[in-house]
Amino acid sequence: MTDLNKLSLAEARDALRKGETTSKDLTEACLKAIDGAGALNAFVHRTPEIAMEQAAEADARIKQGDAPAMCGLPIGIKDLFCTKGVPSQAGSRILEGFLPEYESTVSQKLKDSGAVMLGKLNMDEFAMGSSNETSVYGNAVNPWRRAGDTAELTPGGSSGGSAAAVAADLCLAATGTDTGGSIRQPAAFTGTVGIKPTYGRCSRWGIVAFASSLDQAGPMTKTVRDAAIMLEAMCGHDAKDSTSADLAVPDFEAALTGDIRGKKIGIPREYRMDGMPEEIDKLWQDGIAMMKDAGAEIVDISLPHTKYALPAYYVIAPAEASSNLARYDGVRFGHRAKLDHGDGITEMYEKTRAEGFGHEVQRRVMVGTYVLSAGFYDAYYNRARKVRTLIKKDFEDVFAQGIDSILTPATPSAAFGLGEMKDADPVAMYLNDVFTVTVNLAGLPGVALPTGQSATGLPLGLQLIGRPWEEAELLSSAYALERAAGFVAKPEKWW
Amino acid sequence: MEMFMSIDENTAARVAKLARIKVEPDALPALAEEFNNILGFIEQLSEVDVDGVEPMTSVTPQRLKRREDVVTDGDQQDRVLANAPDAREGFFAVPKVVE
Repeated sequence: MTDLNKLSLAEARDALRKGETTSKDLTEACLKAIDGAGALNAFVHRTPEIAMEQAAEADARIKQGDAPAMCGLPIGIKDLFCTKGVPSQAGSRILEGFLPEYESTVSQKLKDSGAVMLGKLNMDEFAMGSSNETSVYGNAVNPWRRAGDTAELTPGGSSGGSAAAVAADLCLAATGTDTGGSIRQPAAFTGTVGIKPTYGRCSRWGIVAFASSLDQAGPMTKTVRDAAIMLEAMCGHDAKDSTSADLAVPDFEAALTGDIRGKKIGIPREYRMDGMPEEIDKLWQDGIAMMKDAGAEIVDISLPHTKYALPAYYVIAPAEASSNLARYDGVRFGHRAKLDHGDGITEMYEKTRAEGFGHEVQRRVMVGTYVLSAGFYDAYYNRARKVRTLIKKDFEDVFAQGIDSILTPATPSAAFGLGEMKDADPVAMYLNDVFTVTVNLAGLPGVALPTGQSATGLPLGLQLIGRPWEEAELLSSAYALERAAGFVAKPEKWW
Repeated sequence: MEMFMSIDENTAARVAKLARIKVEPDALPALAEEFNNILGFIEQLSEVDVDGVEPMTSVTPQRLKRREDVVTDGDQQDRVLANAPDAREGFFAVPKVVE
């Protein structure tokens, strides 16, 4: 077999079980691809020794007929996940040198399922960003380029390294995390599949916290089937995360019938934004037609508070971040500033955090501090939490009307150029999450998948939003859309 | 309801202090302007009628699990201190706190 790194998880799994390849060969193919892809800056900490050791163990397990779902499959892990003894910096200078003494529950589950870890993946600092440009490691680069143009594009963010690595076949799949769209937007920008499950499906234990009421982990893969396989391996109850749901995990892959006959697909009118590019609108209309052709019933719906989702998010997420990031004080782990003679503990905190946090993180921590401060708590934070209640109710109302899932664009545009937003207002960057952030606020599952290409040949994605805990049905609908769209384009190798 | 208040340099300095982030005085005007842009965006929330609406505390209706009130972990001082920038004699070391 050639180009083993280009296989999907399902293809590689089946080939392993049939004895047509080995985890060692798969892993070596990926490590070679990673070595040749420095220009993408996707893998920021490589772990070839761990990978080869895990591959050997996996091959032994497969030989013994004991091959769990992810056995022998080489993947990348976002830098936000704590991995025992392996750098886990959340893309931040403040965690330079940090070597976790423990393993996150999700990465442990993947390990237990036999997955092989190739290394850690680039990301926006503390997952705050939509372009991977806030990373201490520098930009991750999208393997896709505009036709006839060599300008470097963003792979999206915050899981930009994960998206770039999967799109460029450096690994078979990767973990991501999603607080406002950080799995789904990069998936859409790179022609890959990403699902954020229902809040509580995946344990957050050992994942560096950004906004705890919104953060969820999920897989980033080449196909919907792969997303089903890997999500199942990642989720499940964990006593170490009190918000993780004690619910049985369905067999997501077995549920992929792709039969959506009679399903009610909602099309929210509020997602038709002013100034939406024509190609995004066309992508959406094409997706609607595909689902209709597959037998679904298309229903116009209203989610009246959509417009307020982003402003509510930009109160709630920074507020929670300011609290979560208070732990980076130069005492217990990570960076501590060099102190001048006479500096006390307050100077140590202030200098450490000024040196350790990048600009966007500082800004969000301070915005969060402001909206939580005395006199503003009610006007900003409590009001945003009330609006969040209304946003969730919007979804509950349409689900009560019998809507099974909701189809929207994943992003307002194709991938943009690195540096293009440099001088823009931060709010302009925040608009990247306009279609995805509602899903985090309402705690719902959402999946992005590629269904078309822009005029310049870049991938474009649609998003399906499901009912809480119904990832199985959501993935099956996504599978139907994936088959109808028949997206097979891959980036031309330039790196 | 008008909740939006323009942030001046003094307020920006106070917020930076509360957040324990050192900001040089010459960076304060730009910081105040950034705050104002973001807060101007957030200001839209004042249009929403939230009378009688409960602020969300948990996005999924679930009762947090309880467990026996017993020690389940501990006795790993070395591991707890392993990543400390300055650990001495089994403790985290910090600059002098009390004069």
